[in-house]
Amino acid sequence: MIRTKQYFSHLITCPMRHVIKIITILVAISAIWIGLLQTAVIPNSHTWLLPIYLVVLLGCYGLLMVGVGLMRFPTCPQEAMLLQQDIIEAKEFLKQKGVDFGSD
Amino acid sequence: MEQRKEEKNKYSIIIPTYNERLNIALIVYLIFKHVRDVEFEIIVVDDGSPDGTQDVVKQLQQVYGEDCILLRPRPKKLGLGTAYIHGLKHASGNFVVIMDADLSHHPKYLPSFIKKQLETGASIVTGTRYAQGGGVHGWNLMRKLTSRGANVLAQTLLWPGVSDLTGSFRLYKKSVLEDIITSVVSKGYVFQMEMIVRASRKGYHIEEVPITFVDRVFGSSKLGGSEIVEYLKGVAYLLVTT
Repeated sequence: MIRTKQYFSHLITCPMRHVIKIITILVAISAIWIGLLQTAVIPNSHTWLLPIYLVVLLGCYGLLMVGVGLMRFPTCPQEAMLLQQDIIEAKEFLKQKGVDFGSD
Repeated sequence: MEQRKEEKNKYSIIIPTYNERLNIALIVYLIFKHVRDVEFEIIVVDDGSPDGTQDVVKQLQQVYGEDCILLRPRPKKLGLGTAYIHGLKHASGNFVVIMDADLSHHPKYLPSFIKKQLETGASIVTGTRYAQGGGVHGWNLMRKLTSRGANVLAQTLLWPGVSDLTGSFRLYKKSVLEDIITSVVSKGYVFQMEMIVRASRKGYHIEEVPITFVDRVFGSSKLGGSEIVEYLKGVAYLLVTT
């Protein structure tokens, strides 16, 4: 468990360009795909479509993440009010101290 | 032992300004209101504002003291990254906070940044608008959609290790900021992305703190087509160079 964590943190922090990491993963996936084609463990008619499935899956995942994130987007309407109060308080204090910041 | 360590910490708050005559006064007041029992200084890097921002800062110096508020102006608008570098040169603290001057970043979160850093010993504490306890106000649906889409794209491609990449409300250890900022070349909000991604790649310990972000520039949509293109180019650049 700890070794997996260390390996993972090394994966993230080693000085390899990030695009190389992505390419490496793609190459690994391609190798598996070609391997499947060669050995025909799964009927080849299915194997040819696997990359398409993967892309579609990735797309759906992305859309899902965007949708879920959008629904759960944290908002804070009360903060705008609190800010207005803070502004009034600040303006009063600063006026007292003679700071002239002009009209806004 | 830990008490003594805490007393030795000093926080330099760098605020780049351009035409923030009113906001800078409000921000300074709020910083002094919320940051207690901690040694800090505010460094205002003003890019030659024509609206008299520097005059207001000088008045604030009279109220709060010239050792607490440093005015380090520049002749004209020279960009955010260089503003931070300029401010860094004058920073005497061992920690540096960067924040916006337009009150979208509220100083009331400063204690939580400081506390998080002391608790975890992190090199960087970054504010996130997207976590529970944080939030945004003043964004319409389109804005939220682009923000969320951009975030998902960046997370999928870059694995940055933080939830809010473009946020600019951050606390850095001074040495860490100095280390990263020299290798960053981007401008605008891509600059903030590049900073945090490079920090993540270098293995720095980064923590997050939820913050609320009140966008007061209603209606002025900062997200046109060119912004999106700039963003995509930024992500591509970070993909290849970090």
